[in-house]
Amino acid sequence: MPDTADSPPLQHTPLYDLHVARGARIVAFAGYAMPVQYRLGIIAEHLHTRTQAGLFDVSHMGQIMLHGAAAAGALEALVPGDLQALAPGRMRYTLLLNDRGGILDDLIVTRVAGGLMLVVNAARKAADLAHLQARLERSVTIEPRFDRALLALQGPAAAAVLARHAAGVERLPFMSASEVAVAGVPCFVSRSGYTGEDGFEISVAGDDAVALAERLLAEPQVAPIGLGARDSLRLEAGLCLCGHDIDETTTPVEAALTWTIGGRRREAGDFPGAAIILRQLAEGPARKRVGIRPDGRAPAREGTAIRDPEGRPLGHVTSGGFGPSVNAPIAMGYVAAGRAAPGSALSLVVRDVPRPAHVAPLPFVPTRYYRG
Amino acid sequence: MSVTRYTKDHEWVRQEGDVAVIGITDYAQQQLGDVVYVELPEIGRKVEQGKEAAIVESAKAASEVYAPISGEVVAVNEAILGNPALVNEDAMGEGWFMKVRLADPRQLAGLMDENAYAALVAEQG
Repeated sequence: MPDTADSPPLQHTPLYDLHVARGARIVAFAGYAMPVQYRLGIIAEHLHTRTQAGLFDVSHMGQIMLHGAAAAGALEALVPGDLQALAPGRMRYTLLLNDRGGILDDLIVTRVAGGLMLVVNAARKAADLAHLQARLERSVTIEPRFDRALLALQGPAAAAVLARHAAGVERLPFMSASEVAVAGVPCFVSRSGYTGEDGFEISVAGDDAVALAERLLAEPQVAPIGLGARDSLRLEAGLCLCGHDIDETTTPVEAALTWTIGGRRREAGDFPGAAIILRQLAEGPARKRVGIRPDGRAPAREGTAIRDPEGRPLGHVTSGGFGPSVNAPIAMGYVAAGRAAPGSALSLVVRDVPRPAHVAPLPFVPTRYYRG
Repeated sequence: MSVTRYTKDHEWVRQEGDVAVIGITDYAQQQLGDVVYVELPEIGRKVEQGKEAAIVESAKAASEVYAPISGEVVAVNEAILGNPALVNEDAMGEGWFMKVRLADPRQLAGLMDENAYAALVAEQG
């Protein structure tokens, strides 16, 4: 086990015993003991999610409720998204920014009755909570809901499977959420995910999580999926992993997340780091996040040096591995802006050997979000 | 069938005349998970006992394969280059990595036999 004597004991989600019973290989992730894979293995789990439906335990992520009519306006002081335009039940991907426009975390914000519901990254939840407590205006009450579990049901069969236990849920629009009883259990269900597939994230009381997960896993199309496949699925979908593809040193413009900056916010320039970000928008950033396809079969892992074909440094790989649906190695990383166009020739230095690669459009596989 | 010997790093080696066949053990492939890429030495390269001879990459990470014995590479398994999953399916057979002309057959005697390796795996597993 990676847990060592001088690190604090790993936390368990409510589904820990279920993972172990189903043959999960457990690893440490963001302070939690989490399943990296089950008996199927990472590639089969990945492909199962792309063809049927996968159930993921993402209860380690932080759910935070912001109470108060002023919540959307108040949170806008910390993010570049237009949250005041968010209709009830609608959700948005946004970014907590520092004063230099760097990304502290990425999160999903949902407008709910009485305020906003936030889902933040596991590794950042304590820091995000402290940031919110320090920076949000007093009229907003911050309620961490770290006791709640979060399940993701993802894949082309997800809607049909979930509809068997929650009639009508198949018509929930993409990036919206609703209070729904699933198999009689009160849940907060959103049509969203981190795989590029159609699917749902289901927030449920920790005490109800095991029963709900067992009901979904009893469906023949559903297999439990570990963090290994979650990572390869999101990489193929071109989605960022916070702390790797985005961090405090990368801005939304460099990270190719300019679309998260609301038009009204851009005009007002009233978000953290606006001066830097607006200048990058006007002049173009010096570097940019891109998709990368190695020309050969060798995966290029995080940290791999990216050069131009003549050997001049361009940047580094921030996520890289094997894409099971692409059936080839894939990566993301930052390159000098002049080399960011799809097709640009690159060289990846893997085990001291420069290997040819090229910039590829993101996502690596077409996304299949629900557009009904 | 000749005797198979094992290293603490989970390689196996099997003598066939003056040549040794080398691969990673079934335990190693289980621990790695899905193998997606292997990098094999060039034929004619001299590998040295305990030093890197090949690379095996799983879905999660890259690992070094160390030469269990010293010698000159006389053959590599092209089949696992095109189909790395063969290492998972048959690590001890069709998923072999390379054949090496033994520089010093006495090195084999210094490696673990089946029972000693099984004990090591039991301890680690």
